[in-house]
Amino acid sequence: MNAIDWRRAIRIGLVLGVAVLIASVIGMVQTFDERDMIEDILTLGQLLLFAPAVYAGYSAAGKSEERRVAAPPLLAGLLAGLLTGVPAVLLVGLAGWWTTIRDYFVNVSPQLIDILTFGRGALQGSLMLLAVMAVLGLIGAAIHLIPARVRRPLVNATLITLIFSLFSDVPLNIANQFLPRDIVRRFFPTKGVTQLAAVIVFALSLAIALWWEFSGRTRRQQRMATITAEQRRRNSLIVLAVSAVLLLVLPSILGTFLTNVMTQVGTFILMALGLNIVVGFAGLLDLGYVAFFAVGAYVTALLTSTGDLGLGINFWIAMPIGVLAAVFFGIFLGIPVLRLRGDYLAIVTLGFGEIIRVLVRSDLLKPIIGGAQGILDVGRPSIGPLTLVTPQHYYYLLLAACLLALFVSWRLRDGRAGRQWMAVREDEDVAEAVGINLVGTKLLAFAIGAGFAGLSGAIFGSRVGSVFPNSFELLISINVLAIIIVGGVGSLPGVILGAFVLVGLPELLREFVEFRLLIYGILLIVMMLVRPEGLWPSAVRRREMHADEESPPSVAELEAPRHEATQPMV
Amino acid sequence: MANILEATNVTKRFGGLVAVNRLSFSIPAGSIVSIIGPNGAGKTTFFNCITGFYQIDDGDIIFDGVSLKGRSPDKITRLGIARTYQNIRLFSQMSAIENILAGMEPRLHSRWFGAVLGLPGTRAEEEKATEEARQLLRFVGLRGKGDSLARNLPYGDQRRLEIARALAGNPKLLLLDEPTAGMNPRETAETTDFIRNLRDEIGITILLIEHDMRVVMGISEDITVLDYGEKIAQGEPAAIQSNPRVIEAYLGRGAAGAAHLMVDTTEAA
Repeated sequence: MNAIDWRRAIRIGLVLGVAVLIASVIGMVQTFDERDMIEDILTLGQLLLFAPAVYAGYSAAGKSEERRVAAPPLLAGLLAGLLTGVPAVLLVGLAGWWTTIRDYFVNVSPQLIDILTFGRGALQGSLMLLAVMAVLGLIGAAIHLIPARVRRPLVNATLITLIFSLFSDVPLNIANQFLPRDIVRRFFPTKGVTQLAAVIVFALSLAIALWWEFSGRTRRQQRMATITAEQRRRNSLIVLAVSAVLLLVLPSILGTFLTNVMTQVGTFILMALGLNIVVGFAGLLDLGYVAFFAVGAYVTALLTSTGDLGLGINFWIAMPIGVLAAVFFGIFLGIPVLRLRGDYLAIVTLGFGEIIRVLVRSDLLKPIIGGAQGILDVGRPSIGPLTLVTPQHYYYLLLAACLLALFVSWRLRDGRAGRQWMAVREDEDVAEAVGINLVGTKLLAFAIGAGFAGLSGAIFGSRVGSVFPNSFELLISINVLAIIIVGGVGSLPGVILGAFVLVGLPELLREFVEFRLLIYGILLIVMMLVRPEGLWPSAVRRREMHADEESPPSVAELEAPRHEATQPMV
Repeated sequence: MANILEATNVTKRFGGLVAVNRLSFSIPAGSIVSIIGPNGAGKTTFFNCITGFYQIDDGDIIFDGVSLKGRSPDKITRLGIARTYQNIRLFSQMSAIENILAGMEPRLHSRWFGAVLGLPGTRAEEEKATEEARQLLRFVGLRGKGDSLARNLPYGDQRRLEIARALAGNPKLLLLDEPTAGMNPRETAETTDFIRNLRDEIGITILLIEHDMRVVMGISEDITVLDYGEKIAQGEPAAIQSNPRVIEAYLGRGAAGAAHLMVDTTEAA
């Protein structure tokens, strides 16, 4: 049976073609085009334009792999790639004929048309776009012809190179710490990387991936098979020690800009660890979580501020009070909603979050907490003679706080409390019938979750130096929730990874902030479809989501560390 | 023998429907007692009244000298009553051992900060509980299956795990809601022996809801028959088997008097 699945090819091509069209019409392509990835070769806009064609070709030819017939899948790829370009070409045609299109689609600018037609005019450019897309589709399909053991390293190396150039700020800032400027310039222009740097990264990652594919993996498996428990323990100790040292010296490696990003990530890790207890462990969906963050921030700010509203108390005294206030609010909210389940709980907590936001903005409380003007001159903590001011200082403060929260979460999860939460999450009625006190169990989750958020808020207010109502919007709650969903609900490493992906990476792509929520939404949908258990799921979740496809654990373990997109730079 | 549980005039209404009507009932300590009755007779409702899932509208239930009226399920469980469910209700995403540990709740006293700080008392309690849970697992014949997820266990094992979870809290009274439902004759016989052993070896009092007459007649010392929420008969198995009201409730009017029918039909069931 050599028939090509033409319908599949057409469908994939058109779906991705429409995606490209939408990305163009909403201005994504043009905005992204201003960002270089590899100097003079590739911009992010072009990647957005061309990657779908390659993927369409790859995917359209994908199902035919077993048949080992070269020509038909290639044709399918060609067709899919071509179709990916068609909607964009139609847009070019439409823009040429309908001169007032910009009145309706403001982003369909001459520059966009230029990008789509390579600056060669509508007719010639359109044909060229179609040809390029078709060729890319062909290339995508041809990926299948490469033997699997070479294909995987090749694809991985390409992805790594792209990710490296997209987040070139990270290597750039690190390089700036150690190398003279003119050398750095040869690898990193203002944005993106130079061709030389791209080639080096590609070659290096390809070499490593090939080595791994052909020799490293089997060696590791052999080693893992013969390793003793004693050695294993020593190995994990070494890993622990290395990561501890790395965490301690990180600010001096990263430089100020990246350390600042790290403090933002840390703020969210802390919050996400708290929400993870409420949502992940106890299964109570809390959509008003930002309220506790706000309480912690405001109480600490009021106590420490040296401005008109503040009391000027020492930060180290104020912070625990802020945390306690958040815990109190956690219990205060917890009591009335104890009897609510699922959706109802989510709605009530959502309302609670909004109440806090409206309150801090209100004129009623303005004399006390400053209304929209917020609280300025929040006090900074000092250790002996040293007052914490720079991002580096706050990095260490947040590191300590995150480690504490991580430790508490871990101990609770593995203890009686974790079991009670899990039982309540599974079946509230039965949990009560085996003797679990629902009130105490739920309140404990709310209180500890709120405490972490309060701690995060206290540090946040001090780090930023001021506290304003608009720092505590609903979006923060949703952000934190998205972190634990993307990372893996109930998974401690997942929460950390999620914070890096959803807070750290966007910070590095600040220029595209207007598309942030759109990308968020797409990412969440894709996650739910492809990896509903999250990037780094807890063992329990993995079991839950894949209970039907039970496979021997040994195989699952060997394949567990996925490379590619799931492990971005940390 | 003293009664461990004494229900007097228990009434439970759902709107206009009287699910349990002025039911008086007692369980002597150390006995195996059954409640039978046609579908919808109010058996499980009565269970739910005892365990606090439902608040009774009238009457009172005294357990071990304490009134259960107005107490929440967790408090009642802590007094020493444990139960299983008609449709198995394990914590399906938790492992077998975790399920049993959850059942041990009434006996655990450590607090959350003990776990965070790693206090010796908390650690000792957890270790002891885990060890006991392992023993219990062996006791119900699930040795080596402690780390399996509850939902991945075969049906019979799930039934036994549920009983193990109920036993974990060292209850004085165990309520079993159709423990042999869905079992084949061999499994049913095993479970029957198992229940009898529970009483003989641990001395636990057992209240049973059961449809399988062979099980009921085989192990019960006393049987109460419910129909439309009311007690229509009570007595020893032999007496129940030949009671015309019982036969009428099960087989309909006209069948009364043909006592031998009872035995035939129940064996077919």
